[in-house]
Amino acid sequence: MRAADFRSPAIGPHSLEHEARLARLWETSPGLKGFLGTVDHKQIGIRYIVTAFIFLALGGIEALLMRLQLAGPNLSLLTPEQYNELFSTHGMTMIFLYAAPILSGFSNYLWPLLLGSRDMAFPRLNALSYWIYLASGIFLYVGFLTGNGPNDGWFNYVPYAARDYNPGLNEDFYSLGMVFLGISTTVGAANFIVTALRARAPGLSLNRLPILVWGTLTASAANLVVVPAVSLAFFMLWLDRQFGTHFFDPAGGGQPLLWQHLFWIFGHPWVYAIVLPAMGMVSQGLPVFCRRPLVGYGSVALSTVATMVLGFGVWVHHMFATGLPGLGLSFFSGASIAIVFPSAVAVFAWLATIWLGRPVITTAFLYFSSMILMFVIGGVSGFMTASVPVDWQLTDTYFVVAHIHYVLIGINVFPVLGAVYYWFPKMTGRMMDERLGRWNFWLTLIGFNLAFLPMHLTGLLGMPRRIYTYPEGMGWDSLNMITTIGSFVLAAGVLLFIFNVLKSLRSGAVADTNPWDAPTLEWSVPSPPPPYNFAVIPTVASRYPLWEGRLGGTGAVSSLDRGMLLESGKETIATSSMDAMPEMIVEMPHDTSAPFVLTIGTALLFIGLLVKTWTLAALGLILLAAAILAWLWPRRELREREARS
Amino acid sequence: MIDAAVGQGDRAMDDALQGRSSVLAQPRDLPVGPIGRSGLGLWGVGTLIATEAALFAYLLFAYYYTGAAAPQGWLLEPHPTLRLALPNTIILLVSSGFAWYGETGVLRQRRYRALVGFGLTFVLGTLFAVIQGFEWQQRPFSLGDSSYASLYYITTGLHIAHVLIGLLVLAAIFLWTALDYFSPRRRLSVSAGVIYWHFVDIIWLFIFTTYYITPYLGFGR
Amino acid sequence: MSAAPLSYLSAAGQRAATILPLTWFTLIVSIVVCLIIAALLWIGIRRARVGGGAAETRSVPVEAGADGGRWISIGLLISAVPLLATLIWTMVAIAATSGPPAHPAVTLDVTGHQWWWEIRYDASQPDQSFETANEIHIPVGLPVLIRLHGADVIHSFWVPALTGKTDTIPGQTNFSWIEARHPGRYRGQCSEFCGFQHAHMGLEVVAQPQADFDRWRAAQLLPARAPQTAAEQRGLAVVEYRCGLCHEVRGTQAGALAAPDLTHLMSRRTLAAGLLPNTPGNLVGWIENAQDIKPGSLMPNQALSGEQLSDVQAYLESLQ
Repeated sequence: MRAADFRSPAIGPHSLEHEARLARLWETSPGLKGFLGTVDHKQIGIRYIVTAFIFLALGGIEALLMRLQLAGPNLSLLTPEQYNELFSTHGMTMIFLYAAPILSGFSNYLWPLLLGSRDMAFPRLNALSYWIYLASGIFLYVGFLTGNGPNDGWFNYVPYAARDYNPGLNEDFYSLGMVFLGISTTVGAANFIVTALRARAPGLSLNRLPILVWGTLTASAANLVVVPAVSLAFFMLWLDRQFGTHFFDPAGGGQPLLWQHLFWIFGHPWVYAIVLPAMGMVSQGLPVFCRRPLVGYGSVALSTVATMVLGFGVWVHHMFATGLPGLGLSFFSGASIAIVFPSAVAVFAWLATIWLGRPVITTAFLYFSSMILMFVIGGVSGFMTASVPVDWQLTDTYFVVAHIHYVLIGINVFPVLGAVYYWFPKMTGRMMDERLGRWNFWLTLIGFNLAFLPMHLTGLLGMPRRIYTYPEGMGWDSLNMITTIGSFVLAAGVLLFIFNVLKSLRSGAVADTNPWDAPTLEWSVPSPPPPYNFAVIPTVASRYPLWEGRLGGTGAVSSLDRGMLLESGKETIATSSMDAMPEMIVEMPHDTSAPFVLTIGTALLFIGLLVKTWTLAALGLILLAAAILAWLWPRRELREREARS
Repeated sequence: MIDAAVGQGDRAMDDALQGRSSVLAQPRDLPVGPIGRSGLGLWGVGTLIATEAALFAYLLFAYYYTGAAAPQGWLLEPHPTLRLALPNTIILLVSSGFAWYGETGVLRQRRYRALVGFGLTFVLGTLFAVIQGFEWQQRPFSLGDSSYASLYYITTGLHIAHVLIGLLVLAAIFLWTALDYFSPRRRLSVSAGVIYWHFVDIIWLFIFTTYYITPYLGFGR
Repeated sequence: MSAAPLSYLSAAGQRAATILPLTWFTLIVSIVVCLIIAALLWIGIRRARVGGGAAETRSVPVEAGADGGRWISIGLLISAVPLLATLIWTMVAIAATSGPPAHPAVTLDVTGHQWWWEIRYDASQPDQSFETANEIHIPVGLPVLIRLHGADVIHSFWVPALTGKTDTIPGQTNFSWIEARHPGRYRGQCSEFCGFQHAHMGLEVVAQPQADFDRWRAAQLLPARAPQTAAEQRGLAVVEYRCGLCHEVRGTQAGALAAPDLTHLMSRRTLAAGLLPNTPGNLVGWIENAQDIKPGSLMPNQALSGEQLSDVQAYLESLQ
């Protein structure tokens, strides 16, 4: 019996009429309505990427100002207050508003294409996570631009962040802004998890998951459970500041160290969350230019997960100097040393891929392969801080500043730049200029290492981090000058990159479907992909569907040109978590302004809380509740469809 | 256009996954949209519960961490009275039972029963919130008195916030049931809402144990 | 002092010296690892025959290639050796450095303030205990226990040549200890961000032979020298009613504890927590223009008349 509630989806080939039908169903409507209401993961992904790059540029400008101040001893370009707000805002921007969102942007854009799906599991939630990210980013920057930026570093230790020592609105902007931003991260993570587990093409079983997906999936799972720790901490800080609670106030029986625990329970996994997806990009892109599959796919996937599991157990290594008992120190020291193993797996897998493949040098390849060395440098300096007694000397010096920049620039920015060179043709239909790319690569590589490799030595010579100036005769003068010069070379490299993007966008060579002859599903659809991604849902028979027949093996062939048509509505397929058997036809939502309205409501709520105008907060809350209700309103037609059958 | 007959899908797919033959197969009849409890929405609720459970875990961590490091006298009520809290806990548990009862009403297409179930859940949930209000009034300390007081109010306060959200959800489910939106097949919203309500109850048990029972067991004394 | 006074690549104290070989070991292991990986990467990339863009990429056919799993297992096996060594050495070093000495020769209470260090020498008899600021004197070759307290925000006590960092946290007491091997002056610095003048929160540890230390200690125990001249007398009056709102000069009416003890101000080598050498000119400049020299510090600019200023200077310079 075939009820309207059940259907066996028709299977067929591509056809022009079919694609036209799908285009009508999936296209975002034009104009402002479409702009505010789109749920297309590709548009949202590109918005994420562009916004994150704008924040990267802002954070970079802040860094250059600081480098001018530190270029020599006893300079007074910046006041201590300006310097403190600059370094705090720089950290906040790079870590929260660039590093994670840029990866979310790539994953948003790429996942459904990698997974053979027509969109994410929850397209509206996807739109929401972007709007909230944008709104909270603006919220935080309004603080900075009105002289109320964070001024206690990105990890914002109490009691300095408490009202007694920090009476301005600075920390209120930061606290509320971080709770605000946490909403975006959380709903984004939920969406990634459900998408990875349920919205894949038939046959794309877990062991065939593109390696990039493993990275973001693991990071998302971690974010889901650690973001509440930091949201709670910031919320409690705001209460301490504005309502006289005593969570962190020793005078009222509170614990300053509670802040550090809550922050680093979040903060350490977060560091992995902003590198694992980027490592996934390298694992995804590097083998294409080595003309062979990634060595040790299973080990790399497993080590990704293992890194995160261990990553939950090492937060205390940020607190070795806080006077914890020796036994605790030994445990966390051991765990922090052990975490080197899963990280090393990826390094050896990449090296083996290069050695056992036939590398082709392109700009993307240069970024991906040079990242391996940056990763190792950032890794070994991290390993040094894992040894408690050594850390007692290293911590809070420029050694750690060098370390975190090798992690964040080496393991995040380099893969991201490589990823732009690699996926730009897919996103825009045009190739990036390779000649400019070489200049761009060498400038960033040399600038970055010139700035940050000597900084290790600055740290070993004892320069504490977060000082706005330093006296002569400490042995740091020339090192700091070198770092400042390097930072400007790096900035020139980034400028050249932006120039290349803009130029290639206008006049780059036209890209065909699969310019790099890469193996995964996103390269089976046109560049740029149509709004519905896949005209027919592919059925996948191997890890590398577009390289089948060239790798030897069983001879099973994926079906990319024939498959489920799913054209009777805005539909895609949901599959089982492990084996990716088709389980359900999902009816996808159309454009809706609910996420945007919800964001406006949430923004009003946070502005109301910031200025303590409760009517504004209540108004925001009502708008928020109304948007959620409209969003979740059950679809009556489901019931009617059933009644008809 | 149809390649293979309905019903052969499973075997063909299995074969394909083992790399023996053509990988493309005609799937069997698939549900269109959420059926029963199976729908992506419920996975979404699962992730929501995971992140909310983590939030409360951190709240309790904050309590135990601060309490363990605190000097004697940190508990402002070394023997917290259970006069309101215990009955209130029972009220909340019973409300969960009614929520379940209401859901079975939807499952068995007995709308009246469903409405009674959800209605009573709503009433008991409201009662819980009101009694919690009295409970707050009767505490001999206020928000700003000490870290203990702050933790007590933020934990119970965030829980009440979740109860209020749950009440909104219940009201919506009540309304939608009254409008006859649901059937045993098409009821994902009902199941999701009821699961959320159960979750709010379970969280309360942890909070109740922490703030009202562990002092009797000697924590923080 | 060496060319880099805060460098931790040279140790002059027991605790720092125990850690230094481990630091060198991990550093050398790290550098060697980087060099090996860089070499492997360089040679691997040098094998590339083709460079260019998309067309060149496509021109190289795809092959399954060798499995390569061995790279990972062998790599991990080799990595395990230094990791294990580091782990064991770390545990040994923790045991050797973490315990405060059972029988310290001197016990200090050090309190971190925004932005200076309060130093109290503890003694069994209260009259043997005294306070000073920003400059710690210790006897060479003897263990010194340091109890760390937080007055306002979190700071971190760090004297790289003698010991690694330990935070001073309000509401809890932490412990550090130092034992200098050689006489000398060792620079220290707050190393946890603590606000505007985190950059200028230095301190100095002066390690001296026992006899010198005893002499210094005896001198510190004395109350302030009584004013000898009329100028000093007038200076004292100003100090009592202006400086005395925050500072203490033992034996006078200036008795507040919110700022560094001035009783033996001139015995210290620096002013403003290591920021300025303690010279007459700097002292006057500091009193007049503290906010220009150390913006945001809690020392206000003192609007004193020229006469008052020279009186205050005369008195303060008598506080040997």
